Amino acid sequence: MTRDEAFLQFLLRMGDNTLILGHRVSEWCGHSPVLEEDIALANTALDLIGQTQFWLGLAGEVQGDGKSADDIAFLRDVWDFRNLLLVEVPNGDFGRTLMRQFLFDAWHSIQLGHLMKSSDERVAAIAEKASKEVAYHLERSADTVVGLGDGTEESHRRMQESLDYLWPYVGEMFQSDEVDAEMVAAGIAPDPASLRDDYDALITRILADATLTIPDSRFGHKGGRTGKMHTEHLGHLLTQMQWLQRAYPGSNW
Amino acid sequence: MYAQMVKSEAAQDDPEKLAAFQARIDAGEKIEPKDWMPAAYRKTLIRQIGQHAHSEIVGQLPEGNWITRAPTLERKAILLAKVQDEAGHGLYLYCAAETLGVSRDELTEMLLDGRMKYSSIFNYPTLNWSDIGAVGWLVDGAAIINQVPLQRTSFGPYSRAMIRVCKEESFHARQGFDAIRKMAEGTPEQKKMAQDSVNRLWFPALMMFGPSDKESVHSEQSMAWKIKMNTNDELRQKFVDQTVPQIEFLGLDLPDPGIKWNEERGHYDYTDPDWSEFFDVIKGNGPCNTDRLAARNKAWDDGAWVRDGLMAHAKKKAAASVAAE
Repeated sequence: MTRDEAFLQFLLRMGDNTLILGHRVSEWCGHSPVLEEDIALANTALDLIGQTQFWLGLAGEVQGDGKSADDIAFLRDVWDFRNLLLVEVPNGDFGRTLMRQFLFDAWHSIQLGHLMKSSDERVAAIAEKASKEVAYHLERSADTVVGLGDGTEESHRRMQESLDYLWPYVGEMFQSDEVDAEMVAAGIAPDPASLRDDYDALITRILADATLTIPDSRFGHKGGRTGKMHTEHLGHLLTQMQWLQRAYPGSNW
Repeated sequence: MYAQMVKSEAAQDDPEKLAAFQARIDAGEKIEPKDWMPAAYRKTLIRQIGQHAHSEIVGQLPEGNWITRAPTLERKAILLAKVQDEAGHGLYLYCAAETLGVSRDELTEMLLDGRMKYSSIFNYPTLNWSDIGAVGWLVDGAAIINQVPLQRTSFGPYSRAMIRVCKEESFHARQGFDAIRKMAEGTPEQKKMAQDSVNRLWFPALMMFGPSDKESVHSEQSMAWKIKMNTNDELRQKFVDQTVPQIEFLGLDLPDPGIKWNEERGHYDYTDPDWSEFFDVIKGNGPCNTDRLAARNKAWDDGAWVRDGLMAHAKKKAAASVAAE
């Protein structure tokens, strides 16, 4: 694998995470429990889609065959996507959506903190901008997880169920492979495995405040960030997201 | 019926206070929440601001219908930003209504059980991508024509909310025109979508100004109180005059064969919307009324545990901070 090939994979991983999670969050539009949450969910989705434009735009540049961020987002099939499985699982109830957001934001904020020091200036610049937005995402998702975990009996039960359901998707964030080794060697991005301790410290503190129990198992589903095996859900998401581009190819929108 | 109710309530107010109130309005003063106001003024404003707020909230649904299918990342981002603005407008308007002594939860319950209405336009479906452009251009365009005069309305909090809302709405209308222009100038299929949107949404947009002046029951008193600044027909004519040249600019066919420039009046003539359809929609028989209300009820009911959970947590935190003092 050349450095550029690895760099492209890395950029797709970053951009596909924000694209797919942004899409999922946007599915809430008009259906959330309270008006402030409608605003916050739309705002989060908007930030994530904005970050996607940067990551996938840079991916197109690195790929060098004239593809735009839109081409990459709307014209690839499931096996070409490099997002974590965590971000493609369906929203479930509001509790699961916010728990997923928290588990992702915690990783995302740590990851972006490292990327701000990337040897690649373009990566550092995107990370710098995104980290400001993600700091807010994390503050909000953590507060909500605490509020609902330590709320009523029902909200506590639902949040624990969400954590139990999502926990097997956490491990994938820290699985390193040859792409990561190449990124570490180039000083572009950190080794995913090296982020685990900071992550555990952060989520342990918040989930303790939320009076929730982290499951014992360290088992982790994998296959999203390598593209080897996504969940069945991603295909349905793409069917909707890519429909216009697929049905009316070559149009300007 | 409502006009009769307004009349009988007005009769209960002290005539001297009423006269002084009217004098303040005539002098162009703003009425603030703590000022004395006639019961019917309060009631009418709660109805009007509440309906406006509800429209912003229900309006998220037809636009949200296309967020997950937006054709480019930029269009998706623009639509998300717009829907977020609409929810924000809902929030300011509920706050303005709350200054009149009604809570947001009470207003929400009245929306959910059908006692309060929202704009009839949101009971129409968004069926192709071009509808998103048309909603921005025609629907927000019509809303702006309704709302610009309300920036001068007599009730201070409503006037201030309208000033903010209008700024954002004019951005929405411009982005809507830009989106539909891309379609009108695009492939034959895209142009067909644009034409379909204009044909379907034209009359519902005209209905947004409310029934013809001959049939409008709220007008006279509301105009005297500067809650309403122009008649429905004046505003509708303004919309037609502004929009017809834009349709022609887009190279689309006019959606109404009755549209013709009338030299004598200095306005476009147009065919009146089918008012029996309008009254059907108002009564709950529009194409989407049942689904829209069901979606809002489901969101509210499914979210009860979230609101309860967050309230319970806030109480625990407050109790803990009192205990610590």
